[in-house]
Amino acid sequence: MKANKNYEKTTAFKFFRWMKGTKDPYVGEVEMKPQPHHEVPEETIQERMKEKSELLDAVYDVKTNKKVKAFTRIYRTIAIIFCLILTASLVAVVSFLPKTGDPTTPANSSEVAERYNSSALEETGAVNTVTGMILTYRAFDTFGETNVLFIATICVMISLMLEEKVAEREEERRLARHPEHKDPILQLAAKFLVPIIVVFGIYIILNGQNSPGGGFSGGAILGAGLILYANAFGIKDTGRFFNEKVYAVCKVTALCMYGLIGLYYYTCGANGINNHIPFGIPGAILSGGIILPIDICVGIEVACTMYAFYALFKRGSL
Amino acid sequence: MKIFMIILFAVLIICAIIVTVTKNLLNSILVYMAFSLIMSIIWICLQSPDLAITEAAVGAGVTTVLFIATLKKIHAIQDDRREDENFDTEHEPELGDVQEEDTYEGK
Repeated sequence: MKANKNYEKTTAFKFFRWMKGTKDPYVGEVEMKPQPHHEVPEETIQERMKEKSELLDAVYDVKTNKKVKAFTRIYRTIAIIFCLILTASLVAVVSFLPKTGDPTTPANSSEVAERYNSSALEETGAVNTVTGMILTYRAFDTFGETNVLFIATICVMISLMLEEKVAEREEERRLARHPEHKDPILQLAAKFLVPIIVVFGIYIILNGQNSPGGGFSGGAILGAGLILYANAFGIKDTGRFFNEKVYAVCKVTALCMYGLIGLYYYTCGANGINNHIPFGIPGAILSGGIILPIDICVGIEVACTMYAFYALFKRGSL
Repeated sequence: MKIFMIILFAVLIICAIIVTVTKNLLNSILVYMAFSLIMSIIWICLQSPDLAITEAAVGAGVTTVLFIATLKKIHAIQDDRREDENFDTEHEPELGDVQEEDTYEGK
């Protein structure tokens, strides 16, 4: 501790005095006075409010304002003409399209389509050629799509996620205003439907290489089941088995696993050359080489995304 | 089969027009859900069941839920409990209400 006199000589004191502006090096001591309180008379306030309302009335006077009327009329005519032209051109283009299943179209007669049709089963081990195509020939594409889902949830989190304390306070305020309204019909329906929906989603994910479906559709169904459960029993109940920690672990692990499997597949040679993952018997659940693990990864990713969107929109936290 | 497809397409177009024309946002969301459902049936008829499953789950299910959650968030759906007497309307302004009038306090 220095005495006040000593302290006044230090540079720190001078610096802070300069910051505050109590002593100017050229002017000398400056006396700080608060500004006199400026009272606005009631009449002026009334006048200003009246002016504002008159201005607003003039601006929003749609019925008698001639400029607005003319603009609306022109806008509507142009919109209708534009729509008609667009529809006509689209219909004209459609009439030139080839028939569905026409063998002479480039899409049906190219080498790629032939290759998919003739040797997809041997090269990918999947009975369902669509899934085989998406997850082996074009696994890199699908990896990009999965990344898009990942980034989309992050963006929604950035814009909608509340802090833990703020979210809790909001929840309390909402509960105080209207107490939890549990719908018995919805709960009974959810009790019966949610297990079926979840099992169906898992079935579609696991059986993606044999029947229609795959990671995306199965994951969406799983997410829908989770949303139904959360809607019936509250997001807090869902938090017992699916909270932020589980969500983060699931999502990052799924994406990383997909990346690793894809890396392995491409470095070992695509199209099944020297591939160490066995294909199994086509048609069995454990078949299809890398399709099944990738399907599971994509399914988890999509289910997490769907549920996270809903929870963030509804409550602001997971 | 062809007649069935024509009926489906007609209903699809009607749904698309209704979605744009309806004034009530909730109605248009529900009609959009019907649109997605019909679309998924059309996908099955066009022999692409993979797309049909995704369309039914995402288009008709999840998107509708997200739309309704958003409408609830921006208070575009009228809440039935709003009519209760002890309902506190202070913090939940209705859509289109003027929030607070400027008072022009000179400071």
